[in-house]
Amino acid sequence: MVSGMNVIKTTPDENCNCTAPAGPSCCGNASVEILSPDCHAASEAPDVSCCGPPAGPPSSPHERPGFKLCRYVEALIDTPAGPVPRIKTILNAGDRLGTLGVRLGIGRNDYKVAPGLYAAGFPDSASPVVVTANYKLSFDHLRSQLAGTGAWILVLDTRGINVWCAAGKGTFGTDEIIRRVKSARISDVVTHRRLILPQLGAVGVSAHKVRKGCGFEVVWGPIRARDLKAFLRADGKIDESMRRVTFSFGERLVLIPVELSLLRKYLLWALVAMFVLSGIGRHVFSFSAAWHRGLLSVGACLSGILAGCVLVPAFLPWIPGRAFSLKGAQAGLVMGIVMVALTAAGPYLSFWPGISLVLVAVALGSFLAMNFTGSTPFTSPSGVEKEMRRAIPLQLAATLLAVGIWIGSGF
Amino acid sequence: MKTMRYLENVATLVLDSETCVGCGMCTQVCPHGVLAMEGAKVRIVDLDGCMECGACAGNCPVDALSLTPGVGCASYIIQIWLKGKEKASCGGPGCC
Repeated sequence: MVSGMNVIKTTPDENCNCTAPAGPSCCGNASVEILSPDCHAASEAPDVSCCGPPAGPPSSPHERPGFKLCRYVEALIDTPAGPVPRIKTILNAGDRLGTLGVRLGIGRNDYKVAPGLYAAGFPDSASPVVVTANYKLSFDHLRSQLAGTGAWILVLDTRGINVWCAAGKGTFGTDEIIRRVKSARISDVVTHRRLILPQLGAVGVSAHKVRKGCGFEVVWGPIRARDLKAFLRADGKIDESMRRVTFSFGERLVLIPVELSLLRKYLLWALVAMFVLSGIGRHVFSFSAAWHRGLLSVGACLSGILAGCVLVPAFLPWIPGRAFSLKGAQAGLVMGIVMVALTAAGPYLSFWPGISLVLVAVALGSFLAMNFTGSTPFTSPSGVEKEMRRAIPLQLAATLLAVGIWIGSGF
Repeated sequence: MKTMRYLENVATLVLDSETCVGCGMCTQVCPHGVLAMEGAKVRIVDLDGCMECGACAGNCPVDALSLTPGVGCASYIIQIWLKGKEKASCGGPGCC
């Protein structure tokens, strides 16, 4: 057989079918042929060829230099507004891994799809147009709910942020919709003039202004993508429950890893501060005390973190009180007492240092729980501000008192 | 969400019933059922459920609803206190 690196051809070999003049192959060109005897055969070539295994299919007419189809694209379909990617409605392992990553806070600030028009299933000119954000998690949620339907998906450029947060920032907004409807030429693709928007997008979108700006009527769809199919089937009739936001146990649990991952940036400085403060004592500075008492203070901080970032989100409705700072303080108190009780047998922990550690857990638990307000769907800014004005001075006072007692007890 | 309630008597939402034309758009966009149709007009039925997201006011064609809209997020409010409203960023690496 002629294939092989040691076969240097200077002229087309009579055994080689590569002389076929045209075809989308590397063999159509004499200079390439000379340099690479391993080149693939032209697609018209018979099965047996000089050039290695049989060739794959020819390039798709949709291929563009420098561009590659995303893995969630099944094919490109032609529309009056140009080629539109038809996307898969079943998520694959890569999508699930991406979801897991962003839930853990990894790569969460750059998890996007390109804005523009997509197709789910086999939509036609009468099919609904559903609008979403270009955060890939939002996009994946939506497409995984559209199996077996024919719909157009208009993805807005929300800078990779979910619908509700982007609506709050204005990127999921009236102007972006008007711009995107025009640039994607939706009016050439469908004959109706309706856009279905997720209800939570209403924070940034004024329906009457969208109609004025691009002629499309906004229909407020359900909050959750999983209700969309029922909404489409019922021809826009909606159940009240689809209009109400929820914050169930499961919905709260998935937020915990991100709450924890947000603390990473403070980790190093906090550790340094705790070990240094723990080493100060009657010998000016003791490395042994820094280590042993430092570990205890780290334990108190972990108790506070567990209280504010895990217990409060998980048990939110069952912890007494309305203010998150109050809920966090109670959780911190419980965790602090448990932590001190578990370590009280050691030589480094007596009554006052124990009080100091509990105070740290209470203050930290209270502060972190208060920060969880931003992740919930029901706290008002007026309420959060009111709570903060009361809680922050108390949290600061507790922290200063704790540090004072801790340093004092070193002497 | 009736089981999960936040602070009472703080929401800044105000409805001007005189101006309301009863289109019902606000009742569609509110995620907490704060507003409801009553006869030919809308009424605030659960003020303490309001999270001041501003969806209702932005979708009222006659501006009958007013409130101080914002994000109920403590770390965002801390940023406003420290850096001022313009420089505070909701989102970025530390937020939603």
